[in-house]
Amino acid sequence: MKATVSFMLNGKPVTVESPRDRMLVWVLRDELGLTGTKVGCEAGLCGACTVLVDSEAMPSCSTALGDVAGKSVLTIEGLAVDGKLNPVQEAFREHSAFQCGYCTSGMIMAAWALLKKKPKATRSEIIEAMEGNLCRCGAHVRILDAVESAGQAMGGAR
Amino acid sequence: MRRRDFLESVAAGTLTLFFTSPLGSAPIVPTRPGAYPEDFNAYLKIAADGRVTCMVGKVELGQGAMTVLAMLVGEELELDPAKVEMVLGDTDLCPWDMPTGGSLTMWHTAPVLRGAAAEARAVLLRMASRALGAPVSDLAMKDGAIWMKSAPARRTTFGELVQGRKLERHLGKVKPKALADCTVIGRRVSRKDALAKVTGAAKYAGDLRLPGTLHACILRPPAQGQTLVAADTSAAERVHGVRIVRDGSLLAVLHPQPDVAHKALALVKGTFEGPEPDVDDARIYQYLVDRAAPGQRVVISRGDVAVGEKRAATVVEAEYRNAYESHATLEPHVSVAQWDGNRMTVWSSTQSPFVFRDSVAEALKLPPDKVHVIAQLVGGGFGGKLAGPDAVEAARLARQVPGVPIQVAWNREEDLFLDGYRPAAVVKIRAGLDAGRGAITFWDCTAAGVSQGEAELAYDMQTSRYQAPTVPNLHPLKVGAWRAPNAHTNAFARESQLDALAAKAGLDPVTLRRRLITDGRLLNLLEQAVEAFGWEPAPGPTGRGIGLACGAWRQGLVVAIAQVSVDKATGKVKAERVLEAVDVGLVVNPDGARQQVEGAITQCIGQALSEEIRFRGGRILDKNFDTYLLPRFSAIPRIQVVFADTGTSVTQGIGEPPVVPVAAALANAVFDATGARVTHVPFTPERVLEALKHVPAK
Repeated sequence: MKATVSFMLNGKPVTVESPRDRMLVWVLRDELGLTGTKVGCEAGLCGACTVLVDSEAMPSCSTALGDVAGKSVLTIEGLAVDGKLNPVQEAFREHSAFQCGYCTSGMIMAAWALLKKKPKATRSEIIEAMEGNLCRCGAHVRILDAVESAGQAMGGAR
Repeated sequence: MRRRDFLESVAAGTLTLFFTSPLGSAPIVPTRPGAYPEDFNAYLKIAADGRVTCMVGKVELGQGAMTVLAMLVGEELELDPAKVEMVLGDTDLCPWDMPTGGSLTMWHTAPVLRGAAAEARAVLLRMASRALGAPVSDLAMKDGAIWMKSAPARRTTFGELVQGRKLERHLGKVKPKALADCTVIGRRVSRKDALAKVTGAAKYAGDLRLPGTLHACILRPPAQGQTLVAADTSAAERVHGVRIVRDGSLLAVLHPQPDVAHKALALVKGTFEGPEPDVDDARIYQYLVDRAAPGQRVVISRGDVAVGEKRAATVVEAEYRNAYESHATLEPHVSVAQWDGNRMTVWSSTQSPFVFRDSVAEALKLPPDKVHVIAQLVGGGFGGKLAGPDAVEAARLARQVPGVPIQVAWNREEDLFLDGYRPAAVVKIRAGLDAGRGAITFWDCTAAGVSQGEAELAYDMQTSRYQAPTVPNLHPLKVGAWRAPNAHTNAFARESQLDALAAKAGLDPVTLRRRLITDGRLLNLLEQAVEAFGWEPAPGPTGRGIGLACGAWRQGLVVAIAQVSVDKATGKVKAERVLEAVDVGLVVNPDGARQQVEGAITQCIGQALSEEIRFRGGRILDKNFDTYLLPRFSAIPRIQVVFADTGTSVTQGIGEPPVVPVAAALANAVFDATGARVTHVPFTPERVLEALKHVPAK
């Protein structure tokens, strides 16, 4: 049953006609063409599909469209402003904190959700916040380094 | 782009002149398997505006092929690698190549590409020499321009020289630049895929949005190896927009939306038939040994092990095992296929575009040139994307609906079910050390489930034997190449066994290896690792939790030292620190090579401690990451990487080597921490607790 659902997407209002129980990841990828959000497990176990819903990191594979009605959704495509990378993106690039890149969007979104609230997050807080995100290539150490340095760049110097 | 624009074959007779010929006039080089084209035009194209495009049949899996190959071209043509455009893994545009695996890119392809770029450099210099009326020795090249050193205002550019045509000058073998003159090789270079990957712009096969695409969800049997005999699709057909396509035992539900196709598939009732083997993940090891026994064959034999055993003073006999392990790439298998009535185009997540092309051609009974495979950025391979079953499925379905792009994207359950696993294996070793504790007098090894690949290392063994089974289809499950196939299984057994011999003989494990190693490179590497880690010699177990292992993949050598802590109450092992010293010849991209080592160590934390496919008959019990356990951030150790400075200009490849000794180093560290020998990969808490029961009380 299709419904009309409106929400803010990357700072702009959007309205989609789609079932309310359709998972957000499919709406983003197939209806809105935002393919930066990846599908890895469809069960909220790998974090590849992580987006921010009202500033909280959420697995979009397990978040129904109806649940974001009226809310604000941020995807990887919405991070850079006017071609200027967000500090987390910049740090991931600087540290080459990825290999295949398939987990990268979700990693960056999870890290951004943490650093927005807590740029001074410690290494162990970063590990805890990123524990739900899987990387198969083994870029973990670089990802942690990148998130730490992004926090510092955001003014969270320790 | 038309491939004839840059693929061509020129008779040797054109050597006497240098000129350029119009594009499109030359015949096409057949991309024949087993041979790299000798004409550099197959690899390099210089456009009218001077832009250099490099075409290689390898693929970007995340391992950095795109960057390191651009570095090689940039080095010879004096270009920033960021300015070299890479076209990878397109079977129409790129010369034939082997699969992207086995660490072959740097070993096989890199020297060919370096040679091609060196020849192009020489040709461009000769052309500039004529154009500027200056000797080559007076010419300098940078960023696509060539000028006279004695009169810098007199200059030309690649674009002016080539004028968008194809270079036909062939100088034959031209030596690449000497290492001392290199300005790109060995430098830190940003990855070419960085911006696309951090912005979400990177396109993987599942991200293609071809108009009219239908997503195919395929009906799977409950057990591996079974085939569809009957299906009731009536309920699924009632879902709006659904289309059912059947080709033999392949049945798929098609819909423009993947989630709708998936839900509709759940309404299809299928009947499958086929035998299921009477085995599970607990009984697999005896199953392999029993099935292998009649076909055991001696594949390595040095001297008479029975005679060697008589000279032994310390003997250890042990059985080492490893479970089936999935590749579990974060991007599951994906292919999109479109049939235009004449040719099949397939966009794939693939390590082997040319194998995929041939597999699709064979399945559809088409000549290979009627299939065009275009590799996309690949979300991890590790040996799991070599064969192309997903491409064949997509192509078979696409053939039935001409013009419509068909996407086959396996979900996680399908990916774990259909993967070709790292084979489960049993390796039994009986071996002995002489009274002087300086020589292995005999080494007698019998394997099931694995072959002898990289079983031997440069250790002095007076007598040795390796028996491996010749029984075909030994495994009840589908198996395949998993990063450094065979090598990590054999290294785990060998290096654990050496550690056990050293401990039993009361010898420091490094001291024992120093006495046994016959190869200078390996010995140097061992010393480098020991020095960098701060190894303090002592016979184990010391309680410190430090273990060492050596390994090789072809010419690549690795020494790993690991430190672990073990919770004796729960059996949980935590890797605290892992160091690897690596000798892979010339390191072209130091940071890229370091990433490969870090990645291998991290991946092998999962291999060693948690990853195991559970199954009953042909049914795979692990369906997602809740039970199939990849290492998460909290499991990752501190990692140190040391590269041997070899002074060589030979490149070897680094995907495989750093995987080889990790599990063994961790197991030896567990022994050093506890006195318990873990012999079964993965050493899960249950297995560690079991091993702890057998530690003799002091």
